[in-house]
Amino acid sequence: MSFFGITRTTLTKDVRLEWRSKDAINAMLFFSLLVVVIFSFSFDPTAEESRRIAGGLVWVAFLLAAIVALNQTWARELRNQVLDAYRVSPAPANALFLAKAFGNFIFVTVLEALMTPLFIVFYKLRALGPTWELLPIAALGTWALVVNGTFFAAISLRTRSREIMLPLLLFPISIPALLGMVNATTAILTGEGSARFWIALLVAYDVVFTIACLLLFETVLEAE
Amino acid sequence: MGDVQRIFYYHVPSAWTAFLLFLINFVASVVFLIRRDTKADILALVTAEVGVVFCTVVMATGPIWARPVWGIWWAPTDIRLNSTLVLWLIYVSYLVLRRFSTSSKTASLAAALAVFGALDVPLVYFSIWFFRTQHPSPVIGGGGYLYPAMARALLINWAAFLCLAWLVCWTRYRLEVVTREVEEAQALESLLEGSR
Repeated sequence: MSFFGITRTTLTKDVRLEWRSKDAINAMLFFSLLVVVIFSFSFDPTAEESRRIAGGLVWVAFLLAAIVALNQTWARELRNQVLDAYRVSPAPANALFLAKAFGNFIFVTVLEALMTPLFIVFYKLRALGPTWELLPIAALGTWALVVNGTFFAAISLRTRSREIMLPLLLFPISIPALLGMVNATTAILTGEGSARFWIALLVAYDVVFTIACLLLFETVLEAE
Repeated sequence: MGDVQRIFYYHVPSAWTAFLLFLINFVASVVFLIRRDTKADILALVTAEVGVVFCTVVMATGPIWARPVWGIWWAPTDIRLNSTLVLWLIYVSYLVLRRFSTSSKTASLAAALAVFGALDVPLVYFSIWFFRTQHPSPVIGGGGYLYPAMARALLINWAAFLCLAWLVCWTRYRLEVVTREVEEAQALESLLEGSR
C-alpha cells in the first residue's frame, strides 16, 4: 500500500469511528460554545473596540478548543495496544502522523466553523478589510496549531499528567504563530495595515514545523 | 542613570551566558539525535538547567532595571525582552518534559523538543520585530555609550560568569553521571533479585 494510501485509510478510519460514536465531537462542540459564551460575558466591548481585540479573542478561543481536540488524538490508539501494533507494522510512521494531523485539522476546523458565527453575533463583527483573506489565515493558523499539537500530544503520551503536558509544551513554541494569526485577523477586521507579512510568517512557520515534525515523528513514536 | 545602572553588569553577562548555554544545548541535542551518545544527552540536560537559571536572572534583573529607568516594568514591543521570555518559556517546558517523562527514551523526546525550540527562535524574533514596527515603542531615553574601562569591566564580569557557569555545569554533569550509574546498579540488582 502506498504512503498516501495508508494515510487515507487511517484518516477515514478515524473519521468513520468518530462519526459513528460522536462522543468526542459532541463534547468538544459544547465546550467551544461555552468558551464563546464565557468570553462574551468577560469581555464586553463596544463595536469600535471589538474589532481591535476580536482577533485575539477569537484565536485564544480557537486555541483552547484545539487543546481539547488534540488531547484525545491518541487516546483511542492507547487502548488495546493499537499504537504498538502500528509500530511493528511496516507502515511508515509519518503516514500515521499525517493521518492524525489531518484528522485533527478537520476536527478543529469544524469547531472553528461553529464558533465563528457565534463570535460574529456576540461581538457584532464586520470585517473592514478584504474578508476573503480570513480563509487562508484560518487554514494556516489552524494547521500551525494542529501539526505541532499532534506531535506534542504524541510526546506527552509518555509522560505523567498527560493532559497538562500538551499545553505546556505547545504554547511556548506556538507564540510566533499566535502572533501571526492574531495580528493578521486584526489587520483584516480593522482594515488597518496589511496582513501580508503575517500570512508570510504563518507560511514559513507551517513549512518549518511540518518538515520538523515529519523528520522527528519516528523518534517520538519509537520512544517507549 | 545612577546606581541602578550597575545591574547592567549582572544582566548582560547573564544573558550572554544563558544564550551560550542554550546554544550548547541545541548542538548537544542534535548530536544526540544523530549518534545516541549518552554524554551528549547529559550535556544537553546540564546546559538546559544552568541556562534556565541564568535566563531567570536576566528576566528578574531586567524589570528591576527598567522600572526606574524607563518608568515601566515591561515593554510589550521590545524585541530582546520578548524573545528572551519565549526562550525561557521553551526551556522551562523542556525541563518539565524531562521531569515528567516516564519513558526510557526521555533523552530522544527532550532532544526533539530542543530542536523545535531552536527552530522557533528565529521565527519568534521576526514576529516580534514586525509587531514592533506596527506598534509604537515606549520612549526609551538615554544613549548606549559605554566607556572603554567599563567595557573591560563588563567583559571581566562575563568571564567570571562563564567560570561560574562552567563550574556548576561540570559539577552537575558529574552528579548526573553518578546518579545514572547508581540507578542502573539498583535496577540490575532488583532484576537479579527477582530472578532468584
